[in-house]
Amino acid sequence: MKALLLRDLMLAFRAGGGFGLGLAFFLIVTVLVPFSVGPQSDLLARIAPGVLWLGALLACLLSLDRLLALDLEDGSLDLLATSPLPLEAALSIKALAHWLTTGLPLVLAAPLFGVLLNLPGPGYIWLVISLALGTPALSVIGTFGAALTVGIKRGGLLLSLLVLPLYVPTLIFGAETARRGAAGMDTSTPALMLAGITLAVIAVMPFASAAALRVNLR
Amino acid sequence: MSVSGDKPAPVRPQGFWSYANPVKFLGFSERILPALWWLSGICLAVGLIWGFFFTPDDFRQGSTVKIIYLHVPSALMAINAWFMMLVASLVWLIRRHHVSALAARAAAPVGVVMTVIALVTGAIWGQPMWGTWWAWDPRLTSFLILFLFYLGYIALWEAVDDPDTAADLTSVLCLVGSVFAVLSRYAVNFWNQGLHQGASLSLDKEENVADVFYQPLLVAIAGFVLLFLALVFYRTGTEIRLRRTRALLARQRRA
Repeated sequence: MKALLLRDLMLAFRAGGGFGLGLAFFLIVTVLVPFSVGPQSDLLARIAPGVLWLGALLACLLSLDRLLALDLEDGSLDLLATSPLPLEAALSIKALAHWLTTGLPLVLAAPLFGVLLNLPGPGYIWLVISLALGTPALSVIGTFGAALTVGIKRGGLLLSLLVLPLYVPTLIFGAETARRGAAGMDTSTPALMLAGITLAVIAVMPFASAAALRVNLR
Repeated sequence: MSVSGDKPAPVRPQGFWSYANPVKFLGFSERILPALWWLSGICLAVGLIWGFFFTPDDFRQGSTVKIIYLHVPSALMAINAWFMMLVASLVWLIRRHHVSALAARAAAPVGVVMTVIALVTGAIWGQPMWGTWWAWDPRLTSFLILFLFYLGYIALWEAVDDPDTAADLTSVLCLVGSVFAVLSRYAVNFWNQGLHQGASLSLDKEENVADVFYQPLLVAIAGFVLLFLALVFYRTGTEIRLRRTRALLARQRRA
């Protein structure tokens, strides 16, 4: 398992484009928002938590179609399926690798982008907390979407169509946590719901992902 | 389905499960379809004409209340169609009956149309009542999310070439989607308080819609249910025949 994790991380770092791309995309979305809604700082401050969450979500989505497709092409997915490691565990590891290379940098960079959007002072800590709690769920759900569409040629757009509705609860609670934090309100309810979703998804979703992947490898 | 403990496992499935045989299913649906079409037509005609022309106007909403005879039944069927797909997907995953997978596939477009009818009639009703075509109300929002789930489900069916693989993948998606659809419903409730009124109909409540509106509404709902059944039977039959035609063509090419 460790070897698989290290391999995925190495691939993400060395085979260009994977690692920094999500972060750059997040930055571009953040920069484009003031152009589209106008530079008034009070308006930006109000929408900043939601925009940052949406940007992080889209950046996560961007790298999903390569999560399993490249491994299918070079045959390593078949090797994984026949290895003694259960497919559920392998997919959990791949989701973890995806989170480490996509979600974690987003969490760490989000406060920096918050400055660009004039995020209010108390919002920073809650933005980081909510993203840290929520992005693992995005990676795990995204792995399910990737497993569903891995056999389909040009499945990228379909993947977005399938995964985005599944992201709705995570986005609602995540953005609500960040919004309440920025407004200085009590955040415990949405934060707990967000953590609950993430834990439940980590526990259950790999089974669905593995079931879908087995169908596609048949 | 009858469970017989003393006998060994029956060779031929009995009762309900025997309709998993496509030939038997087709025969049954052909026998029942004309009755379904006629009954749904009659119920819809009676319910809608009674509702539109022979009920009084509501004392606050005026005649706009009459769109309820389209809005409530279609919304009900939009949810029930997804539920039917969920059950059919489970049957396919557990018992591998092809008719079941095809029925789920056949129900999806009907469900989408019902969802669209509910959303559009809701907008038309909301404009004079709430002064807006659309509000991010929990019920409206969850219906929009349900619509997106339907779109993804249908798109996945279309995208996968091999029919058995497609049936498996869409069934898994339907199960996962159901969980997330329910989760979204509650998340959306938490996210915004709504304009929409509470449930119009429920079995455990004293206060329902007043009787004058209630009776034609029930007839209209029966009409929608029958129409849904007729469409699903019809479309499932089409899917079965389509698959059989493909199999025959493939055999011909091989010979």
